[in-house]
Amino acid sequence: MTEKREYVLIEHEKPWTYEEDGLKVARGSAWTGPGCHIGCGVLLYTDENGRLVKVEGDPENPFNEGRLCIRCLALPEVTHSTKRLTYPMKRDKALRGKNQFERISWDEALDTIEAKLKEIAEQYGPESVLFMQGTGRDIAAWISRLAWSYGSPNYGFPLSGLACYLPRVSGMYSTTGSFWVCDCSQQFPDRYDNPEYQDPEVMILWGNNPLISNSDGFFGHWVVDLMRRGMKTIVCDPRMTWLGARAEIVLPVRPGTDAALALGMLNVIIGEDLYDHEFVELWCYGFDELAERAKEYPVDKVAEICWVDADRIRTAARLFANAERACVQWGVAVDMTREALPAGQAISALTQITGNIDRPGGMIIPPELIFYGGGFGADLLTPEQTNKRLGMNQYPLLKFGFATFQPDVALRAMETGDPYEIRGLWLQTTNTIACMGADPKRWLAAAKKADFIVCTDLFMTPTIMALADYVLPAATYPERDGLRIGDGPQRGETINKVVQVGECKSDMEINLELGRRLNPEAWPWQDVKEMFTSMIAETGYDFDGLRAVAPAYPRYIYRKHEKGLLRRDGSPGFNTATGRIELWATVYANAGLDPLPYFEEPEPGPGSTPELLDEYPLVLTTGARNWGMFHSEHRNIPRLRSLRPDPLIEVHPDAAEKFGLKDGDWVWVENQLDRAKRRVKLWPALLDARFCSTDHAWWFPEADPEKLYEVFDLNINNNVTWTPGKSGFGSNYKCMLVKLSKVEEGETHD
Amino acid sequence: MAEYGILVDYEWCSGCHSCEVACQMEHGFEPDHFGIKIAELGPWQIAGKKWQHANIPLFSEQCDLCAARTTQGKLPTCVHHCQAACLSYGTLDALAAQLKEKPQQALVALR
Ligand code: SF4
Ligand code: SF4
Ligand code: SF4
Repeated sequence: MTEKREYVLIEHEKPWTYEEDGLKVARGSAWTGPGCHIGCGVLLYTDENGRLVKVEGDPENPFNEGRLCIRCLALPEVTHSTKRLTYPMKRDKALRGKNQFERISWDEALDTIEAKLKEIAEQYGPESVLFMQGTGRDIAAWISRLAWSYGSPNYGFPLSGLACYLPRVSGMYSTTGSFWVCDCSQQFPDRYDNPEYQDPEVMILWGNNPLISNSDGFFGHWVVDLMRRGMKTIVCDPRMTWLGARAEIVLPVRPGTDAALALGMLNVIIGEDLYDHEFVELWCYGFDELAERAKEYPVDKVAEICWVDADRIRTAARLFANAERACVQWGVAVDMTREALPAGQAISALTQITGNIDRPGGMIIPPELIFYGGGFGADLLTPEQTNKRLGMNQYPLLKFGFATFQPDVALRAMETGDPYEIRGLWLQTTNTIACMGADPKRWLAAAKKADFIVCTDLFMTPTIMALADYVLPAATYPERDGLRIGDGPQRGETINKVVQVGECKSDMEINLELGRRLNPEAWPWQDVKEMFTSMIAETGYDFDGLRAVAPAYPRYIYRKHEKGLLRRDGSPGFNTATGRIELWATVYANAGLDPLPYFEEPEPGPGSTPELLDEYPLVLTTGARNWGMFHSEHRNIPRLRSLRPDPLIEVHPDAAEKFGLKDGDWVWVENQLDRAKRRVKLWPALLDARFCSTDHAWWFPEADPEKLYEVFDLNINNNVTWTPGKSGFGSNYKCMLVKLSKVEEGETHD
Repeated sequence: MAEYGILVDYEWCSGCHSCEVACQMEHGFEPDHFGIKIAELGPWQIAGKKWQHANIPLFSEQCDLCAARTTQGKLPTCVHHCQAACLSYGTLDALAAQLKEKPQQALVALR
């Protein structure tokens, strides 16, 4: 390894692009559309016709060490799919829902969109346009700047309670001033061999199956690496997964009760005096109050709430607290409960009172090249416009550095015009009615009220078919240049354009071109490369320079709180009001929220509405990932679809017998709100016969476009309401009461 | 006589299918043809908290041990991309020595 500036670099055998057997090879990062957020190192092979013919994992890249999941392996079949959107289109507003789009030029598309957006801004104010994205296809920076430079404070995503990742992120920032992830050596280019690094002894896998989901900058198979090196695991999952079968302890927690489980474990750790006294004394605030709160959650009570054996909870708490080095790898199940903030707070406290903070094998702060969390260009908004952000008044926590609108409030504005009418929707990378939108028919009805709707995506989707007046074709990652910033430890990496498909443009190119028309001063760059170079100026690299050396690792330092590296004033401690990790959270107290973690029963649920159990006896969790699909993507890629042709619901054989169902039956999954179709997969590995589990974001691209690809037959969010937590964060997407009944021949949703 | 093969540490095969798809893409196989295919062994409860839940990679007649790659000094693509790093390529002699080092492994002679 050599060092340049403050970055640690790896040696490359070859330049970033080279020839091999008549093919051109380009090294780079995989981010994204299609696929996930984490940015594996890839080698992209193109032929003399400019087609992407093969993708390999880059063995030199320490992040994934040559490994890839099947989504990037099958990438050529996505990029060159004949089903891609390859040119801009328009459709008369009166024809929304009809498959009657008309091809237009980019000039016409951008001219009209510019004119229309300017007209709306003039007549109604720019706040009446909502800018919405889906999950992170390298979009947050660009779409937020587009919204703000236009003058709209309303950038965000149409997910009730912002219930993915943001509750955890904002919770951790609010209580510790930083973000925390498990230390799997991912911050070091020499990985497990780094002399400062030590493996965690114990890892809790909480509310995610990282091997499949690879979410939030975390390459799931690091867990397997570490298990092979001797790490023990505790798995919190209602199903016996492959990881569970290899775990020391499995806690089959009832979906939606994670906060209670964590509080029960805190009760054991504090009650049995297993916590790290020195760390708590020196670096934590509000321990006594936390201890009092934890007393309200004796293990026997928690066992009853969570449907987990009390002794197992005790053993797990002891194993975790007694480990020299331990961490928690958690997932979206924590966010997808209505009271997600206190749930995350309780789980975080496990790592905090045991002192597993910024030390090897504990929780670490992922290093950042450039700050990414708050969007790009919030200073472009006037204070007057900023104050119009939807949800700020109802949910004061949104004022503390979080840039998005509150989606439940935004939906009500779309529906009722309160506090103002919503006139325009800019939907970039979001297939809302198939994926993140709760109660998607309600959201669709509200969205249809907008006068003007633009959608940007890779493929035609149910959302575009239902809503778009203008459609812009976006690029997959081999079709564009980019910077790999994002969640998890940032490594200075670039995404490198190697092919062009049709007239597609990258998301950031689209935003730059439109942004320049709407507000030229805010977008002073000639092209995206110039924009990237200006963004990374502080690194000392320009775009081409970074591309040549990538990945560039910021130097990692443990125990930053001891060294005065976390606070702006340079004093030791954490970046919070008290300078400590706040087990009792000042920020929550100031926002009128309970400063301590607590548990509330999900509603409806066995604990809150036992009277519903006769009719809806099963507890359903949704959103289980499968290997070949990323959210609503990949249903139209035959190779990946062949591994999961239909949406499945895993049902315990005992429950199936009760409902008279057999493996492969199509069923309605129904609750008090609505229903959705699934195929039964008998699955004995559900650890309680009352649990069932299903995947999400289904539509059938092969079905009738004007029936919206049967999305309302298939969308499990038919059964989810828009009901956020008290803080505005969190929503019950993953815990509901349902019953199952056979679908009659030819029966559809409506 | 076979000389080369793949050693499978099936204790750690996560069933991620990367080997299957890497092989298909390298060889231009349709989605229903495989050089390597994963068989799921489980899940069933053996007793108490113990569960059988394993994935076993099997090799078909279409496996040519990635001859075109290995002659260039590259690893077979299934080995290269295996997410659990549980596949090893080498001479049967070398792999046989590794085989003795831990249980739940299988050695497949391929060429
Ligand atoms: S986890 Fe899979 S989809 Fe995500 S970057 Fe890596 S290979 Fe691509
Ligand atoms: S060695 Fe090559 S041909 Fe054989 S299964 Fe693996 S990838 Fe396929
Ligand atoms: S790539 Fe490796 S871990 Fe994944 S299924 Fe194949 S053998 Fe198993």
